[in-house]
Amino acid sequence: KVWMRHRYRSCLNRLQELLVHSSFEVKELALSTLMKFVQLEGAHPLEKPKWDGYYLFPRQLFKAVVEGLLSLEDDCSLLLARFREYLEHDDIRYHTMQAATDTVGRVTDRHPEVPLTFWNNAFTLLSSVSLPSQERGISSFYVKHGELPRTWKVVHLKEHRKAFQGMWLGFLKHKLPLSLCKKVLVVLHDSILPHLAQPSLMIDFLTRAYDVGGAISLLALNGLFILIHQHNLEYPDFYRKLYGLLDPSVFHVKYRARFFHLADLFLSSSHLPAYLVAAFAKRLSRLALTAPPEALLMVLPFICNLLRRHPACRVLVHRPLGSELDADPYDPEEEDPAKSQALESSLWELQALQRHYHPEVSQAASVINQALSVPEVSIAPLLELTAFDVFERDLKKKGQGSVPLEFIPAQGLLGRQDDFCAQHFTLS
Amino acid sequence: MGKAKSAAARTRGAGAPAGAQGGRARPNPNPFEVKVNRQKFPVLGRKARHAVGQPGVSRARAVHKRTQTLLKEYKERDKSNVFTDKRFGEYSSTMSPEEKMMKRFALEQQRQHEKKSIYNLNEDEELTHYGQSLADIEKHNDIVDSDSDTEERGTLSAELTAAHFGGGGGLLHKKTPQQQGEEGEKPRSRRELIEELIAKSKQEKRERQAQREGALELTEKLDQDWKEIQTLLTHRTPNSENRDKKERPKPDAYDMMVRELGFEMKAQPSNRMKSEEELAKEEQERLQQLEAARLRRMRGEDEGSEARKPKHLSADDLNDGFVLDKDDRRLLSYTDGKMSIEEEQSREASDGESEEEQGEDLSEEDPENSSDPDGHSDLESDMDSEEDCGRPNGEPRQALGKGTTSIGHRAQEAARNQLPYTFAAPESYEELKSLLSGRTREEQLVVVERIQTCNHPSLAVGNKAKLEKLFGFLLEYIGDLATDDPPNLRVIDKLVVQLYNLCQMFPDSASDSIKFVLRDAMHEMEGAIEARGRAAFPGLDVLVYLKIAGMLFPTSDLWHPVVTPALVCMSQLLTKCPILSLQDVVKGLFVCCVFLDYVSLSRRFIPELVNFLLGILYIASPNKCGRGYTLVHPFRASGKNSELLVVSDKEDKATWQRRGLSLHWAYGLKAQNKTEANHTRLSCLAVCLALVKGCAQFYSSLPSFYAIVRPLRALLMEHLAGCSHPPELQELCQSALANLEEPEPRCRPLVCAKSKPEPLKLFTPRLVKVLEFGRKQGSSKEEQERRRLIHKHKREFKGAVREIRRDNQFLARMQLSETLERDAERKRKVKQLFNSLATQEGEWKALKRKKFKK
Repeated sequence: KVWMRHRYRSCLNRLQELLVHSSFEVKELALSTLMKFVQLEGAHPLEKPKWDGYYLFPRQLFKAVVEGLLSLEDDCSLLLARFREYLEHDDIRYHTMQAATDTVGRVTDRHPEVPLTFWNNAFTLLSSVSLPSQERGISSFYVKHGELPRTWKVVHLKEHRKAFQGMWLGFLKHKLPLSLCKKVLVVLHDSILPHLAQPSLMIDFLTRAYDVGGAISLLALNGLFILIHQHNLEYPDFYRKLYGLLDPSVFHVKYRARFFHLADLFLSSSHLPAYLVAAFAKRLSRLALTAPPEALLMVLPFICNLLRRHPACRVLVHRPLGSELDADPYDPEEEDPAKSQALESSLWELQALQRHYHPEVSQAASVINQALSVPEVSIAPLLELTAFDVFERDLKKKGQGSVPLEFIPAQGLLGRQDDFCAQHFTLS
Repeated sequence: MGKAKSAAARTRGAGAPAGAQGGRARPNPNPFEVKVNRQKFPVLGRKARHAVGQPGVSRARAVHKRTQTLLKEYKERDKSNVFTDKRFGEYSSTMSPEEKMMKRFALEQQRQHEKKSIYNLNEDEELTHYGQSLADIEKHNDIVDSDSDTEERGTLSAELTAAHFGGGGGLLHKKTPQQQGEEGEKPRSRRELIEELIAKSKQEKRERQAQREGALELTEKLDQDWKEIQTLLTHRTPNSENRDKKERPKPDAYDMMVRELGFEMKAQPSNRMKSEEELAKEEQERLQQLEAARLRRMRGEDEGSEARKPKHLSADDLNDGFVLDKDDRRLLSYTDGKMSIEEEQSREASDGESEEEQGEDLSEEDPENSSDPDGHSDLESDMDSEEDCGRPNGEPRQALGKGTTSIGHRAQEAARNQLPYTFAAPESYEELKSLLSGRTREEQLVVVERIQTCNHPSLAVGNKAKLEKLFGFLLEYIGDLATDDPPNLRVIDKLVVQLYNLCQMFPDSASDSIKFVLRDAMHEMEGAIEARGRAAFPGLDVLVYLKIAGMLFPTSDLWHPVVTPALVCMSQLLTKCPILSLQDVVKGLFVCCVFLDYVSLSRRFIPELVNFLLGILYIASPNKCGRGYTLVHPFRASGKNSELLVVSDKEDKATWQRRGLSLHWAYGLKAQNKTEANHTRLSCLAVCLALVKGCAQFYSSLPSFYAIVRPLRALLMEHLAGCSHPPELQELCQSALANLEEPEPRCRPLVCAKSKPEPLKLFTPRLVKVLEFGRKQGSSKEEQERRRLIHKHKREFKGAVREIRRDNQFLARMQLSETLERDAERKRKVKQLFNSLATQEGEWKALKRKKFKK
């Protein structure tokens, strides 16, 4: 019997080594064999249960499997995709979470420089864990058992949540590479935060991410907002930081729609002080001077909505008794919206944009020429607008009558002599 | 007379009060029968429908109607046999009485015919009128006969009638003495008489028939003769001409001439030939009109609204009276531009003109420019000075161009002579390509020209479609030329003129094809952006298309079906395509130039352009401190391409000379050595600086000009601070910076346009269309209609119930009267019986008493 045990052990060791084999088929087979062993060992434990109903799961074996999956060298995303099937079972999921927490902790302790592949693998594994939303959902087990005593931790969603939270917090407390940070933030708000036992514990990570700047700050906004909104988080200088986030790249990043959706949410409160809203409006319109047309079509109604929501800010577009100024009193370098003197300024930028080359933009900017209408314009349909959409819309629009033609005859490819092209380019 | 009539009517009315029709037609009814429904108060405009009623009359009418219908039914309630009138069409209301009669007669004839015709050998049944066949009458054959016939027939019919209706001897005696004699001899029986009559009439009939047949034959013959003559008559004219021709096979040349002259259009008096000045003036007026239309489109007004309200404010109007000034200014500057263009044309046309003339031209232009009231003049003069400084480079280029053109002319002549004169319009792109490939530039040009002339739409019907297709093919060909290795830009240069001509002919299809190529390019880019988040700069063909679109269509319109998408496309190019190589820089700068040319008249604001120029300046800046500006998307503050345009070689800087960038760089021309690459870098920077300057001039009137150019200014300062550029570039930097630092116009706070004051509520009555009096108003039309129908239904229902009740009453009355009648009858009968019995009894008693007495 002892000999059998030894053979079994060595067989398991061989299989674990095979998990890092070069061929994917071998890896996959090794994984499925190991999982089969996990199942069998769970059903027929090597040791006798100490008392009746004692829950036995081959933790050691399973931990070794997870460790094999979270390889330091190879990218195991394919294998992890295969492993995802096992995660459907509640007990496997629970133990995976525990094992992953252990493994991450051990690896980071042991290595001062953790390679990127490990982080990627870990993230793939962690993000593929999805908890059920209801207690009743916990009923499918990989290792079959006769009866389910209530004392088992596996059958309680609360325990699952705890394990889940432990896993993520253990993962996120380390200094993650930026690309991974982005990935985490993208899924944070809808697949991680709702399942945490105590979401406010994420504040450390979010604050750190928010302070990084750039796109990561934008993404961290979403999580922060959920914490502030639903979990009563007090976050000092939130608006100041949001104001600091506004720089010209806002209109060019991939997450533009998300950012403006959130910004719209944050600024929707009518209890915000006028100076703050005015600073935002002024800043946005200043940035609009560098924005492409599709972003302008979104941000101009956004600014107008701000002015509509806060009648005190209407002085930005309507100041009948103001005297002429030498320069714009607004200070774009100032980081504190309170000191930016936006309320004393006017939105001359929108006036400039009325001369934008795209007719729709100039039309949108001309709204401020009249007194603003009362109902707000919904910017939801404009958030996802791309330049290609604008282009297609322009192409499809039909003018009445025939197409107007240039009446000065063309003379050559570079045009007339006073054209810029002809001045600066030659054909040969 | 009228009085008498009315009196008569009244008497009649009084006499017959229950007459059904009498009541309605009577104008002046019996005052005792009139019931007046008094109105409580008169309402103006209300039509009283039941003001006056005649209850008696209407009751009588109703009773009459019931006796006619209901009573009849009632009386016949137990009867099962029915009287049916089986005459044809008796109950059909659709037939008129005449029709009925006709049909009945036809049926009658049919019936008789069926029965008798088997034995009727000699005669066909024919319709007669006064005994004469109807067919004959229709033919109007023998009118002369008919007269005599009628006499005869009249007598005959008289005889017949006499015989038939038993006229007897008396009548006949009187009428015909001959017969009287005969009768006198032998008194025949009536039967004999009739038989004789019949025989006689038959004989006569036969005679008449023979006569008629003869006449018929004669007329037919006559008809035939006439027909022959008629054919002769009708064929006569052509025949005669034929004969003429036979006589004169060759007409005189003189005659021919005379005829032709006769038919020729007389020379119409026409307008006199216009002199040169007049023509020029007309042309100028035309151009001015076109320019005015262009300006209108630029401000986004359409013609209709322009005509209606000339004070219309466009979307990009600044509400500061800006437009009015601009109007004059534009027109003026435009005329200058036009004149210079014309001069250029003439200059190009006449090769032999010397350069002194050009100088004169320029000097002529200068005073005009300085007479411009606005800041435009300094722009022009700047350009002039720019030209001046670029003169050493420009001149050889022009000279070169002239040389090539003169050579080109000779080559063109040769090509003209060699090529065939007609070309079929190509049906496919391959066809066009095979036509053009392998030929020289001049030959290609001539081929395209000849295809156009051979297939001018006025020559044949299908040519329009062919030429429309040709435009698309040419465009495709140009794209191919631009992507060739090396790009054949000279040919494109010439083909553009052809494209312009074709586009003038078919604007719609041309715009469609350009839209198509733009959509293709954008689609490709969109795919790349979705896949990788960025896209590479497209090939030279897309840039060439963009440039061509700007030349074919007016770029200053507020909205244009081709130009607006092209603008969006260029904006995409400038924002989505990262700069990875020198080639990308050249392409980007070319797009910038095209972009600026697009807005050169309308002076519209392009944020992307400013961003791009900022990025180019950044990658050309050797020492960056990164303060006061932020780079946006296609450029990165750090990275391997962040110093793409930096030139550190002192020698190269010293040897660099400013000249135009070659478009071949955009294709991917590889620099021969490092020096050339460095020179190109410096040229790029020069172009960029010039564009910055152009932007500064264009946008200096924008309200937030200072905020727009702030980053540019910061970077230029850095460039200047380095002092590492060649002196020429330094100068350019300086002047651009000077342009950027124009004194900022004072900031006037924004003020909304005053909205119209809301009018106070007035107490004028609200006018509502009244559909029906006495109904509730104010609901929707459907609701009113529904209510009207409900009301009508209710009334009809009530009316029907009333009618039924009255019917029942009437019937009950009738039954009662019947019963009463029956009872009275019975009483009468019983009384009679009793009477008779009493008489009997009396008699019997009397007899008995008598007996008893005896």
